[in-house]
Amino acid sequence: MRDFSYLRANTVDAARQAAALPGAMLLAGGTTLIDLAKCGVTEPETVVDISHLNGLDRITVDDRGVTIGALARMSSVADHAEIKSRFPAVSEALWQAASAQLRNMATIGGNLMQRTRCPYFRDPANFPACNKRTPGSGCTAIGGVTRGHAVLGTSEACIATYPGDLATALVAFDAVVHLGDRQVAVDDFFLLPGTTPEREHAIEPGEMITAISIPGSAAAGRSTYLKVRDRQSYEFAAASAAVGIEFETDGRTIRDLRVALGGVATKPWRARAVEEALKGKLLEADIVKQASLLAIEGAVDHGANHYKIELAPRIVARAILKMGETA
Amino acid sequence: MTSKTRIPIQLQINGQRHELEVEPRVTLLDALRDHLGLTGTKKGCDQGQCGACTVHVDGQRVLACLTLAAQAQGRAVTSIEGLADGDGTLHAVQAAFLEQDAFQCGYCTPGQIMSAVACIREGHAGSDDEIREYMAGNLCRCGAYPHIVAAVRQAALEVAS
Repeated sequence: MRDFSYLRANTVDAARQAAALPGAMLLAGGTTLIDLAKCGVTEPETVVDISHLNGLDRITVDDRGVTIGALARMSSVADHAEIKSRFPAVSEALWQAASAQLRNMATIGGNLMQRTRCPYFRDPANFPACNKRTPGSGCTAIGGVTRGHAVLGTSEACIATYPGDLATALVAFDAVVHLGDRQVAVDDFFLLPGTTPEREHAIEPGEMITAISIPGSAAAGRSTYLKVRDRQSYEFAAASAAVGIEFETDGRTIRDLRVALGGVATKPWRARAVEEALKGKLLEADIVKQASLLAIEGAVDHGANHYKIELAPRIVARAILKMGETA
Repeated sequence: MTSKTRIPIQLQINGQRHELEVEPRVTLLDALRDHLGLTGTKKGCDQGQCGACTVHVDGQRVLACLTLAAQAQGRAVTSIEGLADGDGTLHAVQAAFLEQDAFQCGYCTPGQIMSAVACIREGHAGSDDEIREYMAGNLCRCGAYPHIVAAVRQAALEVAS
């Protein structure tokens, strides 16, 4: 790890100013930044430590929803009683992510800024070509080992999977990222790779995530996060689905439905086609399975990741039907 | 490699205050092992994947390999050396690991024990499944997992009684 200057920020304004300097990066939980610095992927000149800022770790719940301070730890949000009862998919996405130690370190703001786990991206010494790391250098993953790579939202420049769980739940429930005074919908905060895969987030130099807010809804209150992976725990999703559902008063007709996919796309992937196909319909297994195929519309595989195209709709259907069982 | 100025930091480790001068990139793990001679905390992957370097910071289990030493200034750090009582009486989790033979080579054991102490304190040791889930961040290449789960289960019962 290349050495850097260390600066501890005492106010949000000081942190923003320091972060705007060339080569400066914000340090919160460190689980992404220090990891990638050790891999040689990031080489900050200055590390601006914001982990000691006061007041940015609050979780505030009211009638409209919840606001989570950027420095709240994944573990405390996962265990928060009202997050569990009003946004179960958010709690489940969090406790099924990483390990207990990492969840105690990683912050909610930092979680949104985590980078892809593409093994080529993470290994500059062996794989110099990576458009995300070095724009214009090419993509080693295309034509390489692609078992973990994305099938949705890819481009000719990059097929790296967005690895996070939390943001998949956030995008399903229309969460908003607070960058100080500016607010951005989570769906717009994450960018498709297109021709500029090096740019992953709609955040400008000198900006800092201060909070996220999630509007409350009946669908969020009746939600789940279903994660399928190569081992039982402590692994990224092969495919996952955040699903929330609200029924009409008959308890069988779908009034509102939210569906988002993780582990299969280049960004947290809202599956609106599935939602629209099922609104107003009765919750029946055949109808749900058929509609869930829409989740993967436009998917393109690169060989070894073909299984995700079959897996993702099955997970969506399973999650929707699971939520229906409790009707 | 650019050379940056070493910075003075104070660390509170196992109730003792230490003053040291380190490069800003020095992790808490390297500070403990190489600067303070506290080699009980192990370096496994050094990449946040194996859990061998688990310590407690302000009572929470974290990975020392992904924590900068400078970040830990102003926090209370507990390493495996600080777990037993002053008179050498082992912590209930340490005793349970001995009794259940919860290790083979022992390299992952300090991290396993620090993680288990926190796991029990968090209330995540209610069943074998829950223990497996909440101890998943500590890998054991020898595969002593069944005995580790037994040790955590035993210690959780002892701590509760």
